Amino acid sequence: MDHLLIAPVVLPALVAPFIIMAVRHHLDLQRIFSLASVVLLAAISLTLAAQALDGTVKVYELGDWPAPFGIVLVLDRLSAMMIVLTSLLALPVLMYAIGSGWDTRGANFHALFQFQLMGIMGAFLTGDAFNLFVFFEVLLIASYGLMIHSGGTRRFQAGVQYVVFNLLGSTLFLFALGTLYAVTGTLNMADLAVKVAQIPAEDTALLRVGAVMLLLVFAIKASLLPLHFWLPSAYANAPMPVAALFAIMTKVGAYSILRFYTLVFGPEVEATAGLTEAWLMPAALLTLGAGAIGVLGSKKLGRLAAFGAIASMGTLLIAISLFTPSAAAAALYYLVHSTLAAALLFLVADLVIERQGPWILAQLPMPQTGLVSALFFAAAIALAGMPPLSGFLGKLLVLDATRGVDLAPWIWAVILTGSLITIIGMARAGSLLFWKGHGLPPQDTDTSEEPPLEDLAARPAQLPFVACFGLLGGLVALTVFAGPATRYAEATAAQLYAPTAYIETVLGRPAK
Amino acid sequence: MELLVASAVGILTAAGIYLILRRRSFPVILGLSLITYAVNVFLFATGRLATGAPPILNKYQEVAYTDPLPQALVLTAIVISFGMTAVVVMIALGAYLSSRDDRTAMPVEPEGAGDDA
Repeated sequence: MDHLLIAPVVLPALVAPFIIMAVRHHLDLQRIFSLASVVLLAAISLTLAAQALDGTVKVYELGDWPAPFGIVLVLDRLSAMMIVLTSLLALPVLMYAIGSGWDTRGANFHALFQFQLMGIMGAFLTGDAFNLFVFFEVLLIASYGLMIHSGGTRRFQAGVQYVVFNLLGSTLFLFALGTLYAVTGTLNMADLAVKVAQIPAEDTALLRVGAVMLLLVFAIKASLLPLHFWLPSAYANAPMPVAALFAIMTKVGAYSILRFYTLVFGPEVEATAGLTEAWLMPAALLTLGAGAIGVLGSKKLGRLAAFGAIASMGTLLIAISLFTPSAAAAALYYLVHSTLAAALLFLVADLVIERQGPWILAQLPMPQTGLVSALFFAAAIALAGMPPLSGFLGKLLVLDATRGVDLAPWIWAVILTGSLITIIGMARAGSLLFWKGHGLPPQDTDTSEEPPLEDLAARPAQLPFVACFGLLGGLVALTVFAGPATRYAEATAAQLYAPTAYIETVLGRPAK
Repeated sequence: MELLVASAVGILTAAGIYLILRRRSFPVILGLSLITYAVNVFLFATGRLATGAPPILNKYQEVAYTDPLPQALVLTAIVISFGMTAVVVMIALGAYLSSRDDRTAMPVEPEGAGDDA
């Protein structure tokens, strides 16, 4: 058995306690170990992705217990893509947090960051539904700590809301798993797929209840309307680099929907047919609308970025809820794009907030206005889905995938109008923040000469900009190599919609 | 037995949801604990109800046994919910101490135009 498959989970799980126990009083050592771990994680996930590239499914049986009795980790193209995306997102975010000094504003940033990565990696790799719950909890408990990192009244209040909402989601997850176990007698995803397909159509009431509850849980994680209320205040009040890392957390929800509703409750399963079309698609359309209007109406930069993330989740879930291979390919391409774009917007928002405060209003030009505004411009274009960046290609793929769908006119209308409103909102925020200030009369000296601003102007930190340009470079690369990227996404979608190989490899016997 | 378990799950959940809707941190935390009890009892019941039977198979003779897997699941769920309760207590305490207010709803945003914080 190849032990590399469990390394993305074990490595951060070892580094995090090491950071807490051995080097907690040495900030430089913490930074070195944390960065080294993330770089190593990126190397490991790239190696794993190379192994999954030819479409083989790899299984790691924990404790050598065969599935469905033991817990398994499964690597296929989708999980490989997600772990690569996670580690490539974590690297610039961590660089930003170090460069901007966010990690010095509270205790245990690096350890929590590693635990968060461990949870995310585990959630993407696991092949067992209860194990998925456990990894959700791992990533959530680390995110609670990161969310209230560096304190403050509003952050704590938003933190309480975030924790309570997610605990309710976790409870619902357990109810859903219990229901599924009561019906099928298994929680291994591949085994579930086999068992669900065997259940006679008249005995599926309980199964449908379980499937709906599971969909609700993942919708909470993916911030699908009307379950998105926790997101704006939580993300807007979290430290911005943390919110940038959280950009992958909503995608954990989207990933789980994609995984469960292709593998277990696939389109051909009669018991749950119609569930997703009836509920998921309208909700996704509303999510996109709410996100776009939220971008337009935000008075604070953090909320603007949070609503931008909701809007991009709306587009992503529209593509997922079409449940065709071509739509899934579009969704995967857009998923990579929207993660990077949302993270970039959060980081740029932090650059502005550090210089000007959180409000979107005309103020005197800040230090490094040109560079920051260029980055904001790029992030806005990426998030709104304008050419030339990959968001445009992603939306084009989504629109293209709606061919022959009844709801296609609605989808086109919502996506295009939503993009327009997002652009207007971004343009409004950008012009207020970066243009209007040049016409203002100079302020009183005692407010304009605050020490932090002088400090920033005197010694501009470089690492935050490296991190932002790294994310932007990722977006540009995704645009330039759109051909290979879409081919990978199409192959991944094809693998998702032909789950026989997955099931056979996990269970080690031919699926019926 | 079935009625007892089902109504226990139902009442605990209902009470928990009621307490969470009170939107004050102590009732909310209490409500979350009640819901976790409810889910633990529910998980127990998912392996079918069997009174007085051990969760052990005996390969030498036919004896009644209960499904051991839900018990393992409940054990994990209890540990996780215990940790989560500790976390939410700490965060709620921090929120209360810093704002002297135990409401879990976010306060209304102060108007931002004019004063740049």
